[in-house]
Amino acid sequence: MRDPAAAIQTGEHAGREAASNRAFGFWIYIMSDLVLFSVLFATFAVVGGNYAGGPRGKDIFDLPYLFGETMFLLVSSTVFGLATLAAQAGRKRAVLWRLVIAFLLGLGFIAMEIGEFRGMILAGYKPERSAFLSAFFTLVGTHGVHVLLGLVWMAVMMGQVSVRGLTVPVRSRLARLGMFWHFLDIVWIGIFSTVYLMGVA
Amino acid sequence: MFGKLSLSVIPSHDPIVMGAIGGATLAALVILALITWYRKWTYLWKEWVTSLDHKRIGIMYVILALVMLLRGLSDSILMRSQQAFAAGGSMGYLDPDHFNQIFSAHGSIMIVFMAMPFLVGLMNIVVPQQIGARDVAFPFMNSVSLWLTVAGALIVMASLGLGEFSKAGWSGYTSLTGKQFSPGVGVDYWIWAFQIAGAGSILTSINFLVTIIRMRAPGMRLMQMPMFTWTTLFTSILMVFAFPVLTAALFLLTLDRLMGMHFFTNELGGNMMMYVNLFWTWGHPEVYIVVLPAFGVFSEVVSTFSGKRLFGYKSMVYATAGITILSFTVWVHHFFTMGAGPEVNIFFGIATMLIAIPTGVKIYNWLFTMYRGRIRFATPMYWTLGFLMTFTIGGMAGVMLASPPADYVVHNSLFVIAHFHNVLIAGTLFGFFAGYSYWFPKATGFRLDEKWGKRAFWCWLTGFYLAFMPLYLLGFMGMPRRMHHYVNPAWHPWLIVAAGGTAVILMGVLFQAIQLAVSIRHRHNSRDLTGDPWDGRTLEWATSSPPPPYNFAKIPDVNDIDAFMDMKERGTAYRRPDRYDDIPMPENTACGLAIGVAAFMLGFGTVWHIWWLAVLGTLVIIAAVIVRAWNDDTGYTMPAAEVEVIENRRRELLASAAAHAGPGKGYER
Repeated sequence: MRDPAAAIQTGEHAGREAASNRAFGFWIYIMSDLVLFSVLFATFAVVGGNYAGGPRGKDIFDLPYLFGETMFLLVSSTVFGLATLAAQAGRKRAVLWRLVIAFLLGLGFIAMEIGEFRGMILAGYKPERSAFLSAFFTLVGTHGVHVLLGLVWMAVMMGQVSVRGLTVPVRSRLARLGMFWHFLDIVWIGIFSTVYLMGVA
Repeated sequence: MFGKLSLSVIPSHDPIVMGAIGGATLAALVILALITWYRKWTYLWKEWVTSLDHKRIGIMYVILALVMLLRGLSDSILMRSQQAFAAGGSMGYLDPDHFNQIFSAHGSIMIVFMAMPFLVGLMNIVVPQQIGARDVAFPFMNSVSLWLTVAGALIVMASLGLGEFSKAGWSGYTSLTGKQFSPGVGVDYWIWAFQIAGAGSILTSINFLVTIIRMRAPGMRLMQMPMFTWTTLFTSILMVFAFPVLTAALFLLTLDRLMGMHFFTNELGGNMMMYVNLFWTWGHPEVYIVVLPAFGVFSEVVSTFSGKRLFGYKSMVYATAGITILSFTVWVHHFFTMGAGPEVNIFFGIATMLIAIPTGVKIYNWLFTMYRGRIRFATPMYWTLGFLMTFTIGGMAGVMLASPPADYVVHNSLFVIAHFHNVLIAGTLFGFFAGYSYWFPKATGFRLDEKWGKRAFWCWLTGFYLAFMPLYLLGFMGMPRRMHHYVNPAWHPWLIVAAGGTAVILMGVLFQAIQLAVSIRHRHNSRDLTGDPWDGRTLEWATSSPPPPYNFAKIPDVNDIDAFMDMKERGTAYRRPDRYDDIPMPENTACGLAIGVAAFMLGFGTVWHIWWLAVLGTLVIIAAVIVRAWNDDTGYTMPAAEVEVIENRRRELLASAAAHAGPGKGYER
């Protein structure tokens, strides 16, 4: 049944069309994920002021620390953008190095977030303390889990780029990972503004 | 090792539950034995379980829906007979705890595991063919969706024998579903069944949005798409926006229950009504998700069997779009009695009434399509006519409920139950039955028996009126929903009538089973040789029945709303292409099944706090996705020579049909 010559012939065209379908499908997925985040934002807006005698945002948020955390994520996204440029130019080594840097920066973000959560929990500000803390941990933590999954994906892509090179499917996956990674930035900016900045105001 | 799971969770004290378990297990064993006896395991595995063919996946969805219909129906028989007995001082034959599980399971199953798989099944079988495509955009993701849905259904079924199901209704209101008031595993079963099937639904909606927007045959503009494709598009839009809200709401409820958080509790700042708002932000669009495709089926059926183009095609599209948008603006009408105040309630009341306008447009369009048509009264048309009469009554009741003062009077009463069964059975279910009998020959290659189909229809129709019209009266008489027993003797006669109606519906289902058996037995006499048994108007009738794996050897050119009718009239419908080309096809894979199994492990493990199983399930899902992502070559090419062999076989069938039908049909071309 399998005819390699024909597969290559039809494969190139079909591959490009499939890649553009996948990108479109991924946009729709991002939209649905945004709906999920918007529910978490709305929930935070509704119960985020219910401190139940527990701490308020300004009691527990450390803005300079969070600024550093934010920088990790934003710079990671920028470096990923540079990796995309390198991928378009077909420079495999540059793609790999930039992915490694973006990955490490993302890892730094996660490490700082875990540090923040750990500090709060050790101080007794656990998610079950109040509706505010439940909503806070859930919104920020859901974003964190997304970042973590993005890192797993990035590790897989580093493997694919080094083993397979910048083939059509690999570049198409890189493009979608890029959409995901930048999307998480946008969500984080929403979190930073509404949860942290407005929380200490 | 096994978390909270032990032998004592099997409800061995309850003979009714044990009987159900015994029956289900026995049926499963018989099926497994038959498969083994006829040596069909390899066939099932290669041709069905691992298949990425959208038609096969669609058929499996419909089979799941029909099986779950039987489960949901047995629940309703138990409920109706309980209420027929439990009058005056009697407590009936069901334990109250069990009764609560039954009505919760009935609603959950009928919406998420009957209506949803049924509509996704029909979408899968029909939509790619209607738009002249060879497949859906993401065949593998399609298989993942199917097995996630099956995994969700299995979680509901597991609750029958291990532990319990939720006792808090299909909508699972907090704080009743919180840890404090529902400490058992029932609510967790309900949550995970919905979560897993919901994930499948989101993937399905992405798949069909991309398929319809990007993969239409050349020439088919948006305003030339068949109505069923349009309604699938709008339903997919609703799914992609609504289901994440359910996912989020159930996720927060899970955190409340597992981690002791305070989203929906009544202490430390939780807000119970926030859950209700979130649930119905999904729940109301959900009823349009299940009814819009049914409207699409009716549109196809009415126009085919009236031999006319659909009346008011454009207004039909805009009406569907209007319903899609409005469906997100009405959720509060499910709980006017929350007391949000007159301003809020009147906004949602008026928005709700507005929905009657586009729906009314649709009703008139169907009527005018029939007007001066040459109507053929085949089974799908019976369902459509039954729908038109009955659904309109249900719609009227809906407009009554849309008025907040009226709603306060009948809120939580059987009037509400009568209303939504009136629209969901007559609208959604009749629509799916119409689609089932309409597209059955397309999917299988032979027709359903008309005589038994019509008998089943009459039973369903009369059974429906007997079962649900008394519920309107009982609502006015003040009877609340979900009652295990009652003391008011005036309600009793009507509940006996309603139970009788359920028995008539049961007979309808029995006739449908007979219809299926009779049709399979006589399949050689009722074969659909041409692929166009109803003189159809849209492109799915241009393929053979059942269609080849690639649907179209040559992608058709579309010039008209009724593309296939146009081709038949111009004599190009059966023209042989100059040459056949190689066709790229997706290769079968067990990866979708693996993800479904892993999702079951994740859900089941979390329900019973078997954490290693839940973690293992999660890791298997991630691993399966990664393994799949390493595979760049997920298809094979069907060579032109093989396509030609398949197409030549089709031409022989067409020739033999032409010999029967005489000249003039154009088959011989």
